[in-house]
Amino acid sequence: MSRPIHDPLSKELDEGSRIEVKNTTCYMCACRCGIRVTLRDGEVRYIQGNPDHPLNKGVICAKGSSGIMKQYSPARLTKPLLRKPGSERGDNEFEEISWDKAFDLVSERLAEIRATDPKKFALFTGRDQMQALTGLFARQFGTPNYAAHGGFCSVNMAAGMIYTIGGSFWEFGGPDLDRARLFVMIGTAEDHHSNPLKMALSKFKRQGGKFISINPVRSGYSAIADEWIPIKPGTDGALFLALTNEIIKQGLYDREFLVNYSNSAELVNMDPDSSEYGMFVRFEVPPEEGCFDPQNKLWWDRELNKPISTHTPGADPYFLGEFKLDDGTPVKPAFQLLVDRVREYTAEWASSITGIPEATIKRLAHEMAITARDEKIELPIPWTDTWGNEHESVTGNPVAFHAMRGLAAHSNGFQTIRALSILMSILGTIDRPGGFRHKAPFPRPIPPCAKTPNDPRAVQPDTPLDGMPLGWPADPDDLFVNDDGSPVRIDKAFSWEYPLSVHGLMHNAITNAWRGDPYKIDTLLIFMANMAWNSSMNTSEVRKMLNDRDEDGAYKIPFLIVADAFQSEMTAYADLVLPDTTYLERHDCMSMLDRPISEYDGPVDSVRIPVVPPKGDCKPFQEVLIELGSRLKLPAFSNADGSRKFRDYPDFVTNYETTPGSGIGFLAGWRGKGGEKFMKGEPNPKQWEMYEKNNCVFHYELPKSYQYMRNWNQGYLEWSKRHSLTRYVEPINIHIYSEVLQKFRLAAQGKSDGKQPPEHLRKRIETHFDPLPFYSQPLEAEASDLHKYPLNAITQRPMAMYHSWDSQNAWLRQIHTYNFLYVNSKTARNAGIEDGAWMWVESMHGKVRCLCRYSETVEPGTVWTWNAIGKASGAWGLDGDANESEQGFLLNHIISEELPPGADGEHLSNSDPITGQAGWYDVHVRIYPAGDDEPKMSSPQFGTLHPLPGQSQEKKRGRWLTYFAGRKKS
Amino acid sequence: MSQLALVIDLNVCVGCHACVTSCKEWNTSGTAGYMADMNPFSKDPTGTFFNRVQTFEVGEFPNAETVHFPKSCLHCEDPPCVPVCPTGASYKREQDGIVLVDYDKCIGCKYCSWACPYGVRELDEHQKVMKKCTLCVDRIYDESLPENERKPACVMACPTSARLFGDVNDPDSEAAIAIRERGGYQLMPEWGTRPANHYLPRRKTRITIHDDELVRVDNPLKKERQLPMPDSDEPTLDDITSW
Repeated sequence: MSRPIHDPLSKELDEGSRIEVKNTTCYMCACRCGIRVTLRDGEVRYIQGNPDHPLNKGVICAKGSSGIMKQYSPARLTKPLLRKPGSERGDNEFEEISWDKAFDLVSERLAEIRATDPKKFALFTGRDQMQALTGLFARQFGTPNYAAHGGFCSVNMAAGMIYTIGGSFWEFGGPDLDRARLFVMIGTAEDHHSNPLKMALSKFKRQGGKFISINPVRSGYSAIADEWIPIKPGTDGALFLALTNEIIKQGLYDREFLVNYSNSAELVNMDPDSSEYGMFVRFEVPPEEGCFDPQNKLWWDRELNKPISTHTPGADPYFLGEFKLDDGTPVKPAFQLLVDRVREYTAEWASSITGIPEATIKRLAHEMAITARDEKIELPIPWTDTWGNEHESVTGNPVAFHAMRGLAAHSNGFQTIRALSILMSILGTIDRPGGFRHKAPFPRPIPPCAKTPNDPRAVQPDTPLDGMPLGWPADPDDLFVNDDGSPVRIDKAFSWEYPLSVHGLMHNAITNAWRGDPYKIDTLLIFMANMAWNSSMNTSEVRKMLNDRDEDGAYKIPFLIVADAFQSEMTAYADLVLPDTTYLERHDCMSMLDRPISEYDGPVDSVRIPVVPPKGDCKPFQEVLIELGSRLKLPAFSNADGSRKFRDYPDFVTNYETTPGSGIGFLAGWRGKGGEKFMKGEPNPKQWEMYEKNNCVFHYELPKSYQYMRNWNQGYLEWSKRHSLTRYVEPINIHIYSEVLQKFRLAAQGKSDGKQPPEHLRKRIETHFDPLPFYSQPLEAEASDLHKYPLNAITQRPMAMYHSWDSQNAWLRQIHTYNFLYVNSKTARNAGIEDGAWMWVESMHGKVRCLCRYSETVEPGTVWTWNAIGKASGAWGLDGDANESEQGFLLNHIISEELPPGADGEHLSNSDPITGQAGWYDVHVRIYPAGDDEPKMSSPQFGTLHPLPGQSQEKKRGRWLTYFAGRKKS
Repeated sequence: MSQLALVIDLNVCVGCHACVTSCKEWNTSGTAGYMADMNPFSKDPTGTFFNRVQTFEVGEFPNAETVHFPKSCLHCEDPPCVPVCPTGASYKREQDGIVLVDYDKCIGCKYCSWACPYGVRELDEHQKVMKKCTLCVDRIYDESLPENERKPACVMACPTSARLFGDVNDPDSEAAIAIRERGGYQLMPEWGTRPANHYLPRRKTRITIHDDELVRVDNPLKKERQLPMPDSDEPTLDDITSW
C-alpha cells in the first residue's frame, strides 16, 4: 500500500530510520562556520548552522545549505587517474590506477628530485585552508617553491595593513560593528567573512548606524547601504589621500592617539646626503636583533625645545615643523612628512580622478572625523600600556572600515591600502571599540618575525629548506635572491621584482616554469586550484603552456599532478589526478598556525570531523601528504630510524609539535596530557574527542582588559608571549611612515650597504617603495591605450557562490546559471548595444563574446560580471551544452598575467610591484555589438570534456534529480 | 484567530539566498518533499523552490538602488487559491492560518497558480502536483526539536535575521510589533487577499554635520600653531586704513 505522498505533520519519514546528528565545520567557502549535519540512514538530510558556534551562532548561508548537492555531485572524482599514454594534456583521456601505484609513482619521482635539486618540485595550492600542513611539507621537502592562492587573491590587503598597523581585515581583524556609528565599506562586494559580516551589518543598521558603500558597483551588501558612492576602479588611493588631507587640514585627526601609538611624532633624518636619509634618528644604536621596533627614536619636545626620547613621561612632541639636531642634521616629525605628502592631494584633485564630487569627498571626511571625535566610546575597562601608564578606561572612536579585493587587486593596491590604514589610524580607530579590531594571533610585529631564507644555499639536496617558504621581509637583506640579485623562487617572490610578495605569486608559476625563467622545474603539484580556468589570468594561453613541448618533444612542465575533489578544466591537463574528499568526509583543522577563525575577544580554532565516509577511493589530501612525507622520510614525518612517525592525519594533528617539546601544534585547544592547557602544552591523546564534544571549536575569551589596544597593551602582550603567540612584549606602533619601505628605496638609490637591486629595477623600486603612500595609476593602465580601451572591467563573486566555485552544484547553479556583462545603460546605448544582446568586450590582450545586461547600478566607466560562472564545456560534471559554457563566459581570457614586455624583452608580472598581488582589476576594455551573423554563443569556446573514469556512473542520473535523504524514497 | 506568517525586513536583506536553499534543503527531505530539479546538470536547469529571491534595480544612475526581494507564499487571510481548487487540495488551516496543499488530492490543474496574484505556487513537474511554502509546518510543531528551532528553515538560516516569524494577529508578537512600528506593508493589498506575510521597507540613516562642528577650541592644529591663517605678505586692513 502506498503511503500518502503528503501528510504535512507526518512523523513517518523518520520512523524506523537511523537518524544521526553530527557537528563539524563548513567549507562551502572560506568563512568556516560551525554546522550541524543530520543524517537519515547515512544520507545527508539537513545541514544547519550550529547555534553554539561562536562564528555563525546558528545561521548559515546559501552555500552552506547546498552542501548536500556538493556531496552528491556528478563531478566527484573517486579514483586516482593516470593520463593515457599517447594522449595529449587537455584531451582528458585517463585510466584508473590504484593508490599504491599512484604513491609509488609520485614518491619515486619526488625522491629523485629531492636528492638532486629540490626546487624542481613546486607545490601551489588554491583555496585550501591547510597551509600549516602544505607549507610544512614543502619546507621539509626542501623546496622554496610553495605558495597558496594569496598572491592572486588579496595579499595587498594583508601586506598593506600588516606593514602599517600589525594586522589586517578578515581572519586577522575587522570592523567592530557592535559599537561603530559609521561604517565605510570599500571595494567589497559580498565576500570575506560572509556570515559574520552579514550578521554584523544587520545589527549595525538596526542600531541606527550609517553604512556607506564606496564601490563602482552597487550589488550585494552595498544594496542596503545608506549611501552608495560610485568610484572609478583603481582610484581608491586618491580618495583616501584626499580624505586624509581634508581631515588634517581641518584639525580633525586624533592627535593623542597618533602621538602615543604611532610613529607620527618621531623625527626623520632629512639630510639627503646621509646614508640615514629618510630613516628615523636614534638616540642610541644598540644592535637591533629582534623583529620589533626598538624604543630608541626621538620626539621634538615643545617645552624643552629639543629632542627627547619618545614616550618620556611628561613630554609633549611637536607634530609639525622642521628642526635641527645638535650635529646640524635637519629632522622632521613623520607627521609633517605626511602633511607635506597629502598637501597636493586635495578633494578637487581627487574628484577628477575618482569621479566623486568634491563636495562629497569633503562631506565624507567631515562625517568620518566628526563621528570619530564627537561620539567617543568609553568602556569602564582598566588597562596598562607598554610604557607603564595605567588607563582607567578603554576609549574608542566609532568609525569602522572594511575593504577587500576591490582595493587589493590593483597594481597600486599596496600603497592604496597603506593610505587606508593611515586614514583609519589618524581617525584613532585601531584596536579600539567601534573601529578596527584585531583577532589572534594578531597583532604581530611590523613586519612579523617569520622569514624566508635569504640565501640560495638554503636549498640543498635531501635537506629541509633552511627557513620558511613564505615570510615577511623587513629589509633588502631579507630577500630570497641569488648572489647576482636574481630570484631563487620559480614565481620570483621575495625578489627585487616583488620584494614583499608575502603570499607568493601563484599566478606566474606556470608561465615562469613554461618559459624556464628563472629555471625549469620537473614536477608541479596543484591542489584545489583551477589554473586551467578561473584561477589563471590569460587562461587560453596558460592552457597552451600546460600542453606545450620543447624541441625534444618533452613537456615543458614535465610532470603535472592535480589533487581535487571534482573534475574540472584543470584535471584535464593533469598527468596524474589524485581524488580528494569533500569537507564532510575528512578531518581538518582551522589552525592557529594558518588562518584560524579567531574572534575579536580571543583566539578560536576549530576542526572538521567526518560525518560521512569518503566516496569511492577518494582520499583526503592531508593523508596524501602524510603518506608522501613518510615515504620520502621527511624529518617531520619520520622517526630517527626512518620509519613512519604518524599513522594518519588525525594522529599527526594530535602529536606533531613545531619543534620537539615546543608544545605548539596544529590545534590550540585542550592541549596538555589531560587537556588542561591551551595554546601551548604537551600533545593530548584525547584532543580530537574534546573538540568533538565541544562543537568542534575551541574559543578562549581573553579578559576584557586584554581585548583592546593590543598593539600597546602590556597585559595582552605578556599573555601573548606566555602562550607563545608572539616572541616580544614590545609595543607595535603604527607605521604612518614606513622605514621598511625606505630601506628598499635607499638600496635602490645605492645609499645602503646591503643587497642591491639589479640596475634595471632600481627605478621601479625607488618609485614604488615610498615610505608614505602616494597615488599612481595601475601599471597596466600606464601601458594601455586608454583612448582605444576607455572602460575598466572588473569581476565579483555572487554571494551564493562566494569562494565556492560550485557550478556543479545542482541548486546553486539554478541561482546563477550563466553571467552577463553588466554595462551602464547609457554606456551601452552609446556603444549601440541592446539590453540582452550579444556583444564583445575587448582588451589589448584579447576579446570575449558575451551577453549584455543594462544596469543603473554601475558607474558609466566600468563594466563588470560575475566571475567563474562561465565554465568550459563538459567541465564540473555538466553536460556539454550547459548554459555555463554556451552563454556563460570568463573574463580571464582578456586579462594578462604579465605586463607588456619591456624594451629589453623583460617579463614582469601584471602585479603590484611591491607585493606581487595580481592586478585582476586593472584591465581596460572597449565594448561593441556582436554581428547579427555571429553564433549566439559566448566566445572563446573549447572542446567538450567528457566524464572521467569513476565519475561517469554518477553522471547519468537522467533528466530529474529528486533528492530525498534516506531509504524511504518516494 | 491565529495567523502565522513571515515579516521580511528589506532594510537588511542582502540577497544572499540562504533562505532559498535552506528551504529547499529542509523540505526536499521533509513531508513536503521531494522538490524535484529538472536538467540538474544540463542546459536550462529548473526546479521546485518554495522561496525565491528576486533582485532588481530601481532608479537611474547614480540615484539607483539594488533591491533584493525574497518571495514565498504569503499565506493570505483570504487566499484566492483556495476557492478555485476543484478537489479541495488547496486549503487554509483554521488553527494557524497556514495555506497548504494536500498532494493526494491535487490533480495538477494549476487553477490555484492562475488565481494567485503573487506567482508563488510551483507545479512540481516531476510529481505533477502543486507545491508551495508550508512555513515548515513539519518543524514548527515538532516537539522533538529544541524550542528555539521550531521555526521555518529560512528563518533559522537567515544571516541578517531579516525574516521574522510569528502570529501577526497577536499584537504582542515580534512580527506584529515590527509591522506596527516599522512600517510593515502587504503586497498588492488592493487585491483583497489580505496577505499575512509583510515586508518592512528600506530606511536611510543620514548624518547631519553643522558647520560649527568643524570648529573646536581644542583643535590640535592650534597646538602646532598651524590654524589656517593668511600668509604674512597678504594685505590686511592694517595696511590700508589711516585711522
